[in-house]
Amino acid sequence: MEAGTAAGAVSRTPVLGAARRRYGEDLIKGLLVLASLVSVLTTTGIVISLLGETIVFFRDIPILDYLFGTRWSPLFAPGSFGVIPLVTGTFLITGIALLVAVPLGLGAAIYLSEYARPRTRKLVKPVLELLAGIPTIVFGYFALTFFTPEVLRNLLSMKVSIFNALSAGIVMGFMVIPTIASISEDALRAVPGSLREGAFGLGASKLQVSLRVVFPAALSGIVAAIVLGVSRAVGETMIVLVAAGQVPNLTADPTKPVETMTTFIGATAKGDLPTGSIEYKTIFAVGTTLFLITLVMNALSIRFVRRYRQVYE
Amino acid sequence: MSAPGQAIGAASTSRRVKDLAFRVAMLSCLGLAMLLLGVLIADVAVDGIGHLSLDFITSDPSSTASQAGIQPALWGTIYLMAVCLLFIVPVGVATAIYLEEYADTSKWWNRMIEVNIQNLAAVPSIVYGILGLAFLVRGPLSLGQVVLSGGLTLGLLVLPVVIIAGREAIRAVPSSIREGSMALGATQWQTIWRQVLPAAVPGIATGVILALARAIGETAPLIVVGAATFITFNPDGLASAYSAMPIQIFDWVSGRPSSPENDFGPLAAAAILVLLALLMSMNAAAIWLRNRYEQKW
Repeated sequence: MEAGTAAGAVSRTPVLGAARRRYGEDLIKGLLVLASLVSVLTTTGIVISLLGETIVFFRDIPILDYLFGTRWSPLFAPGSFGVIPLVTGTFLITGIALLVAVPLGLGAAIYLSEYARPRTRKLVKPVLELLAGIPTIVFGYFALTFFTPEVLRNLLSMKVSIFNALSAGIVMGFMVIPTIASISEDALRAVPGSLREGAFGLGASKLQVSLRVVFPAALSGIVAAIVLGVSRAVGETMIVLVAAGQVPNLTADPTKPVETMTTFIGATAKGDLPTGSIEYKTIFAVGTTLFLITLVMNALSIRFVRRYRQVYE
Repeated sequence: MSAPGQAIGAASTSRRVKDLAFRVAMLSCLGLAMLLLGVLIADVAVDGIGHLSLDFITSDPSSTASQAGIQPALWGTIYLMAVCLLFIVPVGVATAIYLEEYADTSKWWNRMIEVNIQNLAAVPSIVYGILGLAFLVRGPLSLGQVVLSGGLTLGLLVLPVVIIAGREAIRAVPSSIREGSMALGATQWQTIWRQVLPAAVPGIATGVILALARAIGETAPLIVVGAATFITFNPDGLASAYSAMPIQIFDWVSGRPSSPENDFGPLAAAAILVLLALLMSMNAAAIWLRNRYEQKW
C-alpha cells in the first residue's frame, strides 16, 4: 500500500516539474522590476542633471577659480565664482548647530536609555520622533522672528544683524537634536544588558557603566547618528534661507549674515531663470558641490559603522 | 580590617555625588531639548492663534495682511499630496515586494538597488528640486511649473521612506504563511497578493502616511521647481499652476512688512499652525494604525 503510493508519486513527479509556464507571473515580476528601477533612475537622473549642466558651467568658468576663489558674486557682471564663501558659510552654520545638538542630543539619549523609566521612554520617544518631523520652515520662522530679536538681541543684548549665522546655526541645532537623540538612543539600547550587569558586578557605578561601557560599545551607532545630523544640517535650506541672510561673506564671525550653498540654490532658483543662462548653470554647479559633500559624508559614515560595529549575539 | 571598608565607604559617597550630578546633567539635556522645542511651538501658537479663522482658510492671498488667506495654498498642498500618494504607493510597494520576495541578494544588481535606496534617503531635499527642475519642469518631460511636476518631485523625495517601511512590513510576515500558501498550490504572486500583502497593509500604510507627513512640509524642492508664491485661484488639475502651504509660509516669513500694520509675520504663524495641525493628525493616524492593527506572529 505504502509502496504503491510512493510509486504513484514518483510517476507523477515529471508532471509537476513540467507545470506550464505562467506568463502572468513573469509579467508581474517584470512590472515589479520596473518599479524598483525608478529609484535607480532617480539616482541616475540626479547625477546626469547635475553633471550635465556643471560640465557646461566649467566650460565658462575655470574649475580652479570656482574651487579656490574667495569671492562669490555670480549675479553681477563681471561675475566672480569662488565657491569658498558658500562652503565656509555652510560649515560655520553646521558647526554651530553641532555644538548645540551633539551634547544635548547625546545627553538626552543617555538619560532615556540608561536612566529613564520605561514609561517615560515610551512617552518621550514618539514625541522626539514627532519633533523630528516638524517642517524646517517652522524653525526658520522661529529663528527670524523670535530667536534673533528676543533671545540674542533682547535677552543676551548681543549686537547681531537681523540675518546672522549664529541664530540660524543654534536653531538648526534644535532641529537636529531629535534626530541625534532618537538614533543614538537606539544604538545605546542595542548594547546588551549583560555588559551593563557585568560592569555593575565588577563594582562600577552607573556613571562609569554609562560612559565607559555602554557609550563605547554603541559608538558606531552614535557616530552614524551624528553624521546623519551633519548631513541634515549641510543640506538644510529653509532655516538658512529665512534667517542667515544671503550675503556670501567669507567670515568666521557668527553675528554676521552668511550665505550657504543651499541658500544660494533656493534664492536663485526662486526667480524663473532662462535655461542655459549662467545663473541657471551656477545652480547646478553648486548643487553638484553640495551633493558630493553629502555623498562623501554618507560613505564615511557607512565605512565607520562597518569598521567599528560591535556585534553582540 | 576597617581601612578598606572605610575607603569603600568614602569612595561611594563621592561616587554617589558624581553619579547624581551626571544623572541630573543628562536629565537636564533632555529637559532643555524638550523645553526649547516647546518654546518654538508656543511662540508660533502665540503669534498665530489670533489670525486663525474660517476667513483665513477660505480667503485668497492679498497684499493687505488683514484680508489675506491660505485657500489656494491649502488646495495646492492637497493636490500635491494626491499626486504624491498616487505615485509612491504603487511604485514604493512594488519595489518593496520585489526586494523582499523576488530579489536574489547575492546578485550585484539587487544589492545595488538596495544601497542606492539608502543613499537616496540621505540626498538633501533641495537636490531633488534640482532634479525636478532639470527633468520634470524642463528638459525631457517639460511638464512646466505645474501640480504634476511638483507632486512627482515630492514623490521621488519620499519614495525611499515608503520602500524602507514597506520592506520591514513585508519582512515581518512569517515565512510559514508563504509556505502554507505555496503548499496549497498557490503561485508566488497569488501568495503575495492574497496572503503577504494583506498581512503587511498596516505597516505599509503607516509608512505611506509618514512619507506624506514628510512631503507636506517640504519647502525647498518646491521653491526650485517653481511653486507660485502668489496666486488667487485653486488648482484645477494636474497641469495647473499651484502654490503650497510651506511656500505660502515662506513667502510671508521672508516678506518684510511694508508698514507695522501690514505685517505678514502673524499670518505665517497662523499658516504654520494649520500645517502643524495637518501633520499632527497624519502622525496620529499612523500611530493609531500601528497600534490597532499591529500583529504579533
